[in-house]
Amino acid sequence: MQKPVTISDTRRKQFHLPVDKILPFLIPIIVILIWQVSSTFGWLSSSVLPSPMAVLQDGIKLTQSGELPKNLSISLYRATVGLLIGGGIGFILGFINGMSKTFRLLFDSSIQMFRNIPHLALIPLIIIWLGINESAKISLVAIGTMFPVYINTFHGISSVDPDLIEMGKSYELSKGQMFFKIIFPAALPQILVGIRYALGVMWTTLIVAETISASSGIGYMANNAEDFVDMETVVLCIVVYAILGKISDLVAKSFESFLLDWQNTGRSNI
Amino acid sequence: MNNNSMISIKNVNKIYNNLTALHDVSLDIQQGEFIALVGMSGGGKSTLLRLIAGLEQPTSGLVTINETDSKSLMRVMFQEDRLLPWMSVLDNLSFGSKDKNTKAHAQELLELVELTTYADHFPNQLSGGQKQRVALARALMTNPKILLLDEPLGALDALTRRKMQDLIMDICQKQNLTTILVTHDVEEAARMADRIIVMKDSTNSYEESCPKNRNSGQIGIVTDRVLSEILEEKPSQQRTA
Ligand SMILES: Nc1ncnc2c1ncn2[C@@H]1O[C@H](COP(=O)(O)OP(=O)(O)OP(=O)(O)O)[C@@H](O)[C@H]1O
Ligand SMILES: [Mg+2]
Repeated sequence: MQKPVTISDTRRKQFHLPVDKILPFLIPIIVILIWQVSSTFGWLSSSVLPSPMAVLQDGIKLTQSGELPKNLSISLYRATVGLLIGGGIGFILGFINGMSKTFRLLFDSSIQMFRNIPHLALIPLIIIWLGINESAKISLVAIGTMFPVYINTFHGISSVDPDLIEMGKSYELSKGQMFFKIIFPAALPQILVGIRYALGVMWTTLIVAETISASSGIGYMANNAEDFVDMETVVLCIVVYAILGKISDLVAKSFESFLLDWQNTGRSNI
Repeated sequence: MNNNSMISIKNVNKIYNNLTALHDVSLDIQQGEFIALVGMSGGGKSTLLRLIAGLEQPTSGLVTINETDSKSLMRVMFQEDRLLPWMSVLDNLSFGSKDKNTKAHAQELLELVELTTYADHFPNQLSGGQKQRVALARALMTNPKILLLDEPLGALDALTRRKMQDLIMDICQKQNLTTILVTHDVEEAARMADRIIVMKDSTNSYEESCPKNRNSGQIGIVTDRVLSEILEEKPSQQRTA
């Protein structure tokens, strides 16, 4: 009676494990294969879309010349500094407004109004004010990333279960203890949602800003290549952005699963 | 007013907006006494407990705790478990206590509520009854003098419930705690309490003292009497109905 059960059990396990790991890569691999094959057989003209191999070779060439690493690092620098400033301001505003009703009444409606302006619409204004130097790009990223962090921090903090706060009061926690022991951990999942969203906004903003006005960075590289009809580099830049986006998402995710391990222990929500 | 009482409640009213949750409640509770609050849902039991715990202020009247350092001597076990979901069971127990051998004490209490194997689990991995037992252990952690229990055994099966009743009575007796137990279960009140207070129409409308070392027959009699008081029926009418 027991034997067949255990056999089918192990079989299922053997089949399941690799499938879970392969499945996410299946579609990208197929797309690249079809793309390469189409290019090789001449179904896809290289003036429309260069082959994956040509893009890869271009990437290697630009890496060896130092052009790609240089532009990549300047883009990363702008993205990180912009996110730190914008996310920091967003967090502080969200914290203040979440904790204090007075500040909420004072700030929130103005922030909500400002939030409804698409931040990319500010590009002309910012170029006039700050020119095309670093601070212009960094400011744009900061403005773009501030709002998702603000909204989610504010919402996370103001919607902490009042029962838990009352429980803290019954232990006579000080204001600081109340924040660090109850409010912050309870709001953390929502704050991390904001940060993850901000990471997406960060790259979009930077691409646009660098494409419109910059003399370095991946967006500039793409724009410059466009002027020379250098298709390989244009596609390479797009691929680099895709990879950067994916990496920041992975970083955010592993951050979440590290900080919120308690959420993954209960019932699965699939 | 009795000056020796541990908890003294005098002409207390509590009004939420237009709703009277407590109306002219006066009650004296002696040191070491075990009180049960019973009554229908919405009768003001939890509100009274929150006022005693100092989590809310009465609209009028006076709540006095006859101890200098009243709050830290008092522990509440809320109607909901109110465990911190991001902390393990063990860390939830240690929450709010400052002494050095906290961990050892927590282990001891986990043993009492029969949850030693769950020390490293998170609350979302526990059943409703297990969570309640963790909350009970947490309330006992800081060696309180006054224990306020709001429906502590609601989610338990009959057998575990009986075990936990005995455990609570045992602890309260050994540590000479002043205890207020809120419960829907009148028989539970008749089994555990020295005195049963019926909360009805927002006030303490009736009370019944229970005999010491009572047998199941006496528990039954007390239960019937209190129930008929709550339902405003005479015991004889209750039987014919
Ligand atoms: N914070 C509050 N704001 C407004 N009304 C409240 C509040 N807390 C309690 N009430 C009201 O006061 C009344 C008494 O509530 P309470 O929670 O004390 O009842 P209870 O006897 O504990 O009921 P249950 O047995 O269902 O727990 C209810 O009508 C309730 O709606
Ligand atoms: Mg209640």
